[in-house]
Parts: sequence; C-alpha cells; structure tokens
Amino acid sequence: MLAIEVENLRKEFRVQQNREGLKGAFRDLFKRRYNHVTAVENINFQIPKGEICGYIGENGAGKSTTIKMLTGILVPTSGKVVVNGYVPFQEREKYVKEIGVVFGQRSQLWWDIAVIESFQLLRKVYRVPEQDFKKRMDELVERLHLQEVLHRPVRKLSLGQRMRCELAASLLHNPSIVFLDEPTIGLDIVVKTEIRQFLKEMNKKYETTILLTTHDLQDIEALCSRVVMLDEGKIIYDGDLEQLKQRWGKGKEIVFHFAEAVNMQTLQQLTQGMEVKWQQDHPYEAKVWVPFEQENVSEVMRSVVSELNINDMKIIETNTDDIVREIYKSGSAETAGENHHA
Amino acid sequence: MLSAYVDMIRIRFLMMLAYRVNYFSGIIIYTLNIGAYYFLWKAIYGGNDTLAGFTVLQMTTYIAISWMARAFYFNNLDREIANEIKDGSVAVQMIRPYQYLIVKMMQGLGEGLFRLLLFSAPGMIIITFLFPIQLPTDVMTWAIFMVMIFFSFLINSQINIMVGLFAFFVENNEGLMRMKRVAVDLFSGLIIPLSFFPLWAESILRWLPFQAITFLPASVFTGRVTGQQVYDALLTQVVWFIVLILPIVFIWRKSRQRLFVQGG
Repeated sequence: MLAIEVENLRKEFRVQQNREGLKGAFRDLFKRRYNHVTAVENINFQIPKGEICGYIGENGAGKSTTIKMLTGILVPTSGKVVVNGYVPFQEREKYVKEIGVVFGQRSQLWWDIAVIESFQLLRKVYRVPEQDFKKRMDELVERLHLQEVLHRPVRKLSLGQRMRCELAASLLHNPSIVFLDEPTIGLDIVVKTEIRQFLKEMNKKYETTILLTTHDLQDIEALCSRVVMLDEGKIIYDGDLEQLKQRWGKGKEIVFHFAEAVNMQTLQQLTQGMEVKWQQDHPYEAKVWVPFEQENVSEVMRSVVSELNINDMKIIETNTDDIVREIYKSGSAETAGENHHA
Repeated sequence: MLSAYVDMIRIRFLMMLAYRVNYFSGIIIYTLNIGAYYFLWKAIYGGNDTLAGFTVLQMTTYIAISWMARAFYFNNLDREIANEIKDGSVAVQMIRPYQYLIVKMMQGLGEGLFRLLLFSAPGMIIITFLFPIQLPTDVMTWAIFMVMIFFSFLINSQINIMVGLFAFFVENNEGLMRMKRVAVDLFSGLIIPLSFFPLWAESILRWLPFQAITFLPASVFTGRVTGQQVYDALLTQVVWFIVLILPIVFIWRKSRQRLFVQGG
C-alpha cells in the first residue's frame, strides 16, 4: 500500500522584487514587480507504507516546500498529492489527525507552559482517549528520557531536550506517517544517536512511514533505506543509498604501513596492469586508490601483502558526504556519474 | 474537540498569570485614563446639567464602564496573527486538526476573562469609591450587559482577525493595525459617545460595526437606552457578529491560497 503518492507536483511562488534606490522604492509604491519562482518543478515519487525515506538536497532545493505541500500547509500550484488516501490541503483537518510533523527549526510546543501541559492540550486537540494517551506517554517518556523535563516550561529547555519533546509531541496520537524536517539540526552526537535509534524502533514496531529531510547524511545512513535527492526543484536521484554510493562513489583507498622502507617503483611494479594510483608521502607509508568497478580491492591487497612486510593497513570508504557534495556541485546525479566514468 | 478549545482559554489564562508586570501596569494606565476623562468631561460640562442627553452622572458612569468593558474585549489578536504569519509559525498551526481562527478567538477570550476577573471587577469597585458613579440596580440590566460585552468581544476580535490576516497580502500591515486601533477607540464611542458627534457623522457611524463594541453596551448599562431599545441594541450586535463572519471566511480562503511560509 502506498502511503505517499506524488504526481507532477509543482509549486510556484510570486516573489516581490524591490527596485533600487529611493526612486525605485517610490515606483514600487505604485507598481510592484514580481518574479515567479518555481520551488518544486513537476516531481513524482511514491513511498510505500512503512518505509523510511530520506529527502535531501541543498538549501533552497525545495525540500521544505514539498514537505509543506505534503502536510497540507501549502496549496500546490498544480499536480497531484495523495497521502494516506487524503488530498492534504483539501481535507486538512481530517488528514492532519493521522500525521505527525516535526519542524526542527520551529517549536510547536507552547513556549511559556510546562511540557506536560502542552502534551495534555495536544491530547485534547487530537482527541486521544485518556487510556491510550497514558500508555503512549509512558512509552515516549521512557524511550526519550523525558522524565525530568516534563514539568519545566519549554523556554527553559536545552535544544536537545526540546527536540526530544517536540518529537514526543508529534507522536502522541500515534500517527501512521511522520514528516521530519531537519529533526537533528543543531543537536549533539549523543542526542542525534538517541533520536535515530528511537525512530528506527518506532518504524519497526508500528510500521510508521517516515519522510525526513536532513543535511546530516549520517541520519540518512543510519535510518533510510531510500533516498530522494532534490536539486532546484527537481528530483535528481531516487533509489537506495548503497546504490548511490556504488554508482557515484569514486572508489576505495587502502593505506599501508610497511615494516621497511619501500619506494614508489616497487609498489607500482606490484600492481602492474591494474588501474590503481599510488601515492607515497613517507618511505614507510603509502596509499593506493582503487576505483570501483575497475579493480578488486582484495586483489590489490593480495599482491601487496604477498611481497611486502606490512605493519598495518586500513581501507577507507568513500564518504557519503563527499559523494553528495560532488552531486550537488554538478547539479545532477546523472552527470556526476558520467564524469566519474569519463 | 470542544474541550481542546476550552483548554486554549485556560492556557492563555495561565500565561497571563505568568506575565504579571503587564497586568499591573495595565491597572495604572486604565485608572489614569478614567481619571483624565472624568476631569475633562467635568470641565466640558461646566455649569450644564446635560449635554447631548447625558447627565454628568451618566457621563462618568459611561466612561468608567466603557473602559472596564474595554479591558475585557480588547486583545492583540491582530498583532499576534500578523506576527505568526510573518515569522512563519502559522505553518505549525496548520498541521493541527483545529481551526486556527477559532483557536485565536479562544486565546483572546482567555485573555479577556483574565482581565475581566482580575482587573475590571476589582477596578470597578475601586472606581465606585473614587468617582460618583451610578450602577444599575436591575439584575436584568447587568445580565444583558454581560451578554452585550461578550458580543463586543466577538465583534472586536473579528475586526482584529481581519486586520491581522492582511499580513498575508501585504508585507507590513503595521500601519493598518494602528489605524484600526484609533478607529475602534474613536468610532466605538470609547473616547466620545456617539451622540456627541455631528449628526451626519453619527448617522454614518450608526451603520458601522464599531458602535456595537462600546457605545451600545455602555448605553444600556447607563440606562440611556431602555425597554424595547435594549433588545434592538443587542440585535444590532448579533447582526454585526453574523455579517462579519462572511468577510473573514472569504479572506481566510484567499489566505490559504497565498500562504507563503517564510524561510523556504
């Protein structure tokens, strides 16, 4: 069953343009000029129930706009959105009862009142029966370690505490779909890990569908089976993370520490016929670059190990950050791949 | 769902308690205002017994009750809504299964009730000692007055909501909000009762919703309006409340289309 279905979705904004100078400002008074900006340009994707999908892209790529259309906040310019069987912006009130949303940069708790008061209010807003609420609350308090913050006003919480409360607040009514817009922004590594762990378990236990946007690719690596990558309002990649890495990761690097001094020539002779690149900054240490699909890492290692005395060796995988940075820079996952093969 | 809306009132009440300084400064401002207007009107009356059908006693009562009613119906919903639109937090309101504008109304009511109970009621008692005031003795008048200031609250909040929602359409509605504030205070009869306006102005103002906020309830309270006319005044308020729903629904629908959340 599909949880989210998006077809040809498009959102345009009219942005006012301010003319320069006093004269320009005066002219703006009478005649405004507008620019049409397409934030999301005819995108298509489907997310089955129970999937955790990462939605990534540079700042301004259109991630948040998409989330806002999916949650019923924004009305799309054109195209089709169906989530949970609802058209979000048309049946907003009914629809939002079944979803949970966290905006990392925006609090949805009441600033001046104790956290527990916010939760109580949300219980009434979402019409959660007292008994279910208690059960759910106990679970969330335990899993997200909220015990000591429940009676404090939100404005006195640290960012990490607040984010855990936000997460709990969005899950009180046990939504079947959860949208997380940068849920780990600004958090330390301990809280990040906790939140990831929690999301993963929730997904397993309740089959909650999760769509999350993030700039932290470790979120994606820890959670998502699938990534949708957006650039300038268009989807440039949709598939699993492993594949993204394999297709556009450049290769692996092996670092050797030798027991004796070795020179470059010896090394190159060892891997003769292989398309690898050696680099040596030190007589006892050398790095070899093994491109994907061209050479086999174990073969390279075998030919070195069989001839030379090794103290230590280390395989360095291409970092997802590097891959994604590369794709962002080139603007398309396709061309990034081609560049590499060329 | 209703209990959620009622809770909004309660929470706003609690929040008001958290910011007590505002509350105390309010008491001082209102007392000063009533005092200033009392002496001003005393000077205007001079040796006259009545002006525009008001006796001095009625006038003093009118001023005192108008300001006390204002404490109840006044709120900053326009500013709150405009700010939520400008900083984008209105987005958070849209992901909740409730009506944003009703929630706002309830928050305004929580604020109004807070001021009515902790501000107007004790304030009124103090004022009866300070100035010569004639309070109605008829329980019915009190009851109708209470209903009428509730409608004052509704109509004033409706106007505030409309002005606040304009933030969707213009980048800065600060000017509009200030203009509205002056218009409400002046045209509602808070500063000068409607009967003191020139005839042509009075007849225009009688076709505007502002009189329903202060002038009508205060007229009933001071006993200037009696009998059948009391019910006409109440009916005028009800009609304005219903009529004002229409533009709000219209503006809200338009706003949903325009909703543009700041910060991508």
